[in-house]
Amino acid sequence: MGSATPVDGDCGSGAVRTGNVLPLLHEIRHALQRWLDAGEPAMIDLRSIPMAPGEEDELVSLLGEGEVHARLSALGPSDIYETRFPGVWLVTHYNDNEEIMSRFIEVIDMPSILKSQTEDIRDGQERLAAQLR
Amino acid sequence: MNETEFLMWVRGPAFQIATIVFVVGVVVRVLEILLLGRKGNLAEARGSATAGGLRTILTRMWPDRGTLQRSTFTVVTGYVFHIGLFVTIFLSAPHILLIRDVFGVGWASLPTTIIDATTVVTIITLLAVLVYRLTNPVQRFLSGFQDYFVWLVTILPLVTGYLAFHRIGMTPPMLLAIHILSVELLMVSFPFTKLMHAFTLFMARWYNGAIAGYRGVRS
Amino acid sequence: MAKHKSLLETLQHQGISRRSFLKFCASTASLMALPPAMIPAVASALEQARRPSVIWLSFQECTGCTESLTRSHSPTVEGLIFDAISLDYHHTLQAASGHAAEAARTAAMEENYGNYLVVVDGSIPTANPGYSTIAGISNRDMLLETATGAAAIISVGSCAAFGGIPHAKPNPTGAVAVSDLITDKPIINVSGCPPIPVVISGVLTHFLTFGTIPALDALGRPKAFFGQSIHDRCYRRPFYDKGLFAESFDDEGAKKGWCLYKLGCKGPTTFNACATAKWNSGTSFPIQSGHPCLGCSEPDFWDGGGFYKPLSTPTEDIAATLVYGAAAGAAAGVALGTLNHARKTRAQQAHAPVTVDDLEKGDGQ
Ligand code: HEM
Ligand code: SF4
Ligand code: SF4
Repeated sequence: MGSATPVDGDCGSGAVRTGNVLPLLHEIRHALQRWLDAGEPAMIDLRSIPMAPGEEDELVSLLGEGEVHARLSALGPSDIYETRFPGVWLVTHYNDNEEIMSRFIEVIDMPSILKSQTEDIRDGQERLAAQLR
Repeated sequence: MNETEFLMWVRGPAFQIATIVFVVGVVVRVLEILLLGRKGNLAEARGSATAGGLRTILTRMWPDRGTLQRSTFTVVTGYVFHIGLFVTIFLSAPHILLIRDVFGVGWASLPTTIIDATTVVTIITLLAVLVYRLTNPVQRFLSGFQDYFVWLVTILPLVTGYLAFHRIGMTPPMLLAIHILSVELLMVSFPFTKLMHAFTLFMARWYNGAIAGYRGVRS
Repeated sequence: MAKHKSLLETLQHQGISRRSFLKFCASTASLMALPPAMIPAVASALEQARRPSVIWLSFQECTGCTESLTRSHSPTVEGLIFDAISLDYHHTLQAASGHAAEAARTAAMEENYGNYLVVVDGSIPTANPGYSTIAGISNRDMLLETATGAAAIISVGSCAAFGGIPHAKPNPTGAVAVSDLITDKPIINVSGCPPIPVVISGVLTHFLTFGTIPALDALGRPKAFFGQSIHDRCYRRPFYDKGLFAESFDDEGAKKGWCLYKLGCKGPTTFNACATAKWNSGTSFPIQSGHPCLGCSEPDFWDGGGFYKPLSTPTEDIAATLVYGAAAGAAAGVALGTLNHARKTRAQQAHAPVTVDDLEKGDGQ
């Protein structure tokens, strides 16, 4: 593990653990390396990984919160923030009832969902034009 | 029949059939031996037949030095795989659950890792026993079909149990069904093969010891 | 009616942005248990997807499956999917009933012959057609008739997939699964009692997105959701491996969250997505709340010898078998023993010492 990461195997206090948190952190570390070496992004679907109660929270608190925090309102809110580790993002999509629909860890310089989409820009441009007419 | 139905059949009717064949077979064979009876001994008793019988059942648990030196391999492997079978059959959690279900008594199980290691040791030992049987000229000469058959039905539950626990090769329900089926094969063959020694062994020891005890000597 | 628009057009029509669409695709891929790398593929497939016509048939069922689906969090991915498919006929959900409803079904069949999707919940009674009828039509006839023009059939719930509770012993109605009656159409079994809502909608979404049947296991269930057993994804598995078991529902082991094998957990032989997809919007699943898995997504789970009976125990009464076996063995043993004894006595009586005469007689010949 990188020298600056204050993470050890004995984190949290939950009684039951799958032991999936630590391997996941290692996977993230490797993904960061691949991003640095080849500019290759990575995405991990948290729904596909078995977690004991509390383990996901443990992972989230280990990743912490970094400098950027964004909130979408697109088909319900989405919560997107950079973690303590630059390049590691936590993306949580909610529905209108604030229930989680999906949750991803993205390793990239910026999650693509944050970018304006060409179709939407065109649509907006047309609306603006119509308004000025 | 899909695999769930197969598992259900194996856990249900098949287990029942195997139990009947096993119990009826064993009871009949033991009774047949006992009821044959012995001629009354007219000589005056010089010691206790009962004490002699019991003592021999116990003392023969340990090999005498001569046998041990002459056939070290046979004796050691014999002990290892019998103890291994005892541990895997009677001290592992799923099996104790079965015993408790049938007889209403249960006891503490060993940790799964120990059972697992014992399984591996037992399987390897049984393989070594087979290799020895095939390579030793005398053993090989003395071995017939039944010896190999009995070896097979003994090792099968161990191998299938190991595969079922580690979920190797097939779907878990199928593996479990095959494991239980292999045990049923063992149960069905038991009364009609040398496997009966598990019961007759004690009768034979008792008899040897009792004769000697009656005569006031040690067997 | 926007029936023949593509899904993307439908969404655009509702004023949904491209960004929202991408969010939708990401959640859809997650819902279908596809790896995130598949999100672009999902997006381009969804752009072209057409609204399929769906006919939903409910036979011998408890409506639990429909409940499961419709109670799943409202306008979510699933909700959108349902806006996007046209549910032309659903007994429970539609306003029309009786002959008017049947007319809608016939119309949908004619209009989309060869392309519509049939969803079935509930098993089909075969002992007597009168056990379950709709507008005077027996379940069997309705299924056979509706299936003729179907592109595929999705059996939702263990009843439609495997016969379920109606099929449990002694099966008074002669209930059978869809696959027992239909053999010439692709059938997807979405088993569970009820199935996890996201699994139902995930499978529907797969069909809608790609227009194909997902990869299925030997029991016709989509591998994406039923590919792994509960046991293999269970967070209590480390305890199973160590041999640490809860012995009762309130002992120390139960409080510490140990494995529920001894309390009858069927997780080792049950294939479902509970351990990862979980229930109630991903809140929990039975084992997490301390109850063993019943094996509800497996055939005949109802007859598996009892929900609280461990997997390693036989399903029949072996103690009684043992007693009867021993009694029968004893009787047979005594009879045989007496016979043997008689034979031995006879042999002893017939025994005569060999004389010189005997030997000479033998020699002479
Ligand atoms: C001669 C009798 C038997 C032998 C030698 C035997 C042997 C074994 C072995 C070696 C294992 C694997 C242990 C490990 O690797 O950790 C095992 C597991 C198991 N056995 Fe047996 N067994 C016997 C009888 C039975 C019977 C009668 C049943 C049930 C009816 C049964 C049910 C099981 C189960 C459920 C497992 C656990 C498998 C899993 O985790 O999926 N066994 N057995
Ligand atoms: S609780 Fe059930 S599924 Fe989980 S490890 Fe134990 S036996 Fe397997
Ligand atoms: S844990 Fe088992 S019984 Fe419960 S819903 Fe899931 S598959 Fe069905």
